[in-house]
Amino acid sequence: MKFIFFHLMPYQDLPADFGARYDSVWVTPPNDVLCDPRKVGIYYNQYLDQLELADQVGFDGVGVNEHHQNAYGMMSSPNLMASALARRTSKSTAVCVMGNTLALYQPALRVAEEFAMLDCLSEGRLIAGFPVGTSMDVNHCYGITPGETRPRYAEAHDLITRAWTQPGPFAYNGRFNKLRYVNPWPKPIQKPMPPVWLGGNGSLETYEMALKNDYVYSWTSFFGFQTGKKFMLDFWETQEQMGLEFNPYQGGYCQIVLVADTDAEARRLYEPHIKYFFENLQHVPLHFRATPGYRTRRSAEFAIKSGTMAAVANQSKTARDWDSMVENGLIIAGSPDTVADRIRTASSELRIGNFLAILHIGNMPDELTRQNVTLFGEKVIPKVRGLWDGQGYEHKWWPSGVEARQTSGANQ
Amino acid sequence: MSTPREQIVQTRNGVVKTRVLVGGDGPPVVHLHGLEGLQWGELHKGLATDHTVYAVEHVGSGESSGIEELYDFWDLVGHYEEAFDELGLERTALVGHSFGGMVAAEIAAQLRRRVTDLVLLAPLGLWDDRYPVAEIDAVARADRPAALLADPSRPLPGLLAPDPTDHEALFHADLNSASINQFSWPIAEKGLRRRLYRITAPTLLLWGAEDRIVDPVYAELFRERLTAPTTVSVVSGIGHLLHLEDPATVLGYVRDHLAS
Repeated sequence: MKFIFFHLMPYQDLPADFGARYDSVWVTPPNDVLCDPRKVGIYYNQYLDQLELADQVGFDGVGVNEHHQNAYGMMSSPNLMASALARRTSKSTAVCVMGNTLALYQPALRVAEEFAMLDCLSEGRLIAGFPVGTSMDVNHCYGITPGETRPRYAEAHDLITRAWTQPGPFAYNGRFNKLRYVNPWPKPIQKPMPPVWLGGNGSLETYEMALKNDYVYSWTSFFGFQTGKKFMLDFWETQEQMGLEFNPYQGGYCQIVLVADTDAEARRLYEPHIKYFFENLQHVPLHFRATPGYRTRRSAEFAIKSGTMAAVANQSKTARDWDSMVENGLIIAGSPDTVADRIRTASSELRIGNFLAILHIGNMPDELTRQNVTLFGEKVIPKVRGLWDGQGYEHKWWPSGVEARQTSGANQ
Repeated sequence: MSTPREQIVQTRNGVVKTRVLVGGDGPPVVHLHGLEGLQWGELHKGLATDHTVYAVEHVGSGESSGIEELYDFWDLVGHYEEAFDELGLERTALVGHSFGGMVAAEIAAQLRRRVTDLVLLAPLGLWDDRYPVAEIDAVARADRPAALLADPSRPLPGLLAPDPTDHEALFHADLNSASINQFSWPIAEKGLRRRLYRITAPTLLLWGAEDRIVDPVYAELFRERLTAPTTVSVVSGIGHLLHLEDPATVLGYVRDHLAS
């Protein structure tokens, strides 16, 4: 198993009555009223320190992502954060940018260039994430026509992968990107290109794209493994139908994990921060999440008629009670033994070999986050790391520049 | 006559299929709908007493397909030119509401010799920072009657207020909104202001005084840029869905304009 500490970098100081007073945590929360840049500066530095700590306590990778105009995740440019991490993490840690929202960049060559820079700077440790992006980011914050989200994404993907794999210069005459000369300097170190990971939450097109191109598919949501199971098993089933070979390292999932000395202590320490997360940071109206045209006709029909969208919207509203959140797998929380058991079960059931642990959640203070990261790295990872060992699976989607980790006594 | 016949018009070599309801007898009038979707309502019935009315469904809405082949307003206007050919309309009067009004204005600015008269019912198409046009999809279902109607106790068309338990209705409402977003996102101002001067057809601009989606002040903003003979009327007691809220009054204005 590979373990990545995945950070969202949220804003921690929304008022207690935020949900009642404001329509959304994304797109429209008024910046001058709610966001203090000095606090953000402090948080950015703490968050980067926390990610660097993960490198020191035995994680395989550190992860960042891109979102815009919101308090939920303040990395409008994850590449800036990844750049800092590339300089301050060891050679045994992957830098996972999960990822750049391809449809937003015109020309999308910018993504090919910045990811190539990161791959060079990290000496081949980059995981290149290609998310479609949320409707909030793509359509509402960056004004992309909803129906162009997928066509722009597909074209950007084509341009970027060709820029990485085809000798430059060459001409690219796309619908959105028209370039007489494509010739990025440098290209990535990793050949033919850095491993590409896709994050998804159930779009049929994303399954197919991952499988067609031999990318990792990672269930990226906050609804835990019980919900994720349906989607990951659909993904594996699609793989089987396409006549492709199963490999757990082609799958991943994102999970909130909260570790303490005991189960009871976990609840005492983390419950207020989970509450802040679900009450405030998930406060997004459906018209921002599911903008008409954002999904393809096929995916819209599937989501609306199967009731998936309504269920997801409903779940975020009802996800309040600690016991039910633990039971439903929305969170994995407890002592290192409890957590290791749950991760083993979840990873086995989802059949995944990449675990993206969200270890900072809501308004968790720095000290508590460092404790969570340390316990996870030192007391959980060693118990689960060997889950897929000895079954003949090779991780073909891990950056080639990452060196084998020297496991210390603490990690045994 | 009150029951129209349905016709499917094919454009772009048959890739785009558009449903048209045709009824009545007399000089042609083409009607382009807004977010309420294709209907054969009181306005259509009234006009059909002495006109041939063509109520055209917007591509991507209802049963009209092929929107993925239309990238922008160039393609959309080209689509309408072909559709007019298919319908045998050498010259026609054109009536458009809301988004359909924006499309009607673009058609009239490009196909100048084919549009004899133009009626714009609370059209989209311009933007003034002082009077931001409301985003209808962002209005919660419960708040929509008050946003769209002067009298919120009236019923809303199904596409604007789908039953949340009816998945088929929700899906069609989603497709309908998507089809309009395709040409109007994120701000329904695609350069029409620079083309309005090209319109040669005499134009009626009709607004509900209580329009809370597109402020009636836009009537003047349109008038300032039009060089064709233009009449502006702002009718009290009705909102954005003006021809649904008070069809008799709207019909009166439209008939007068077409007759003059």
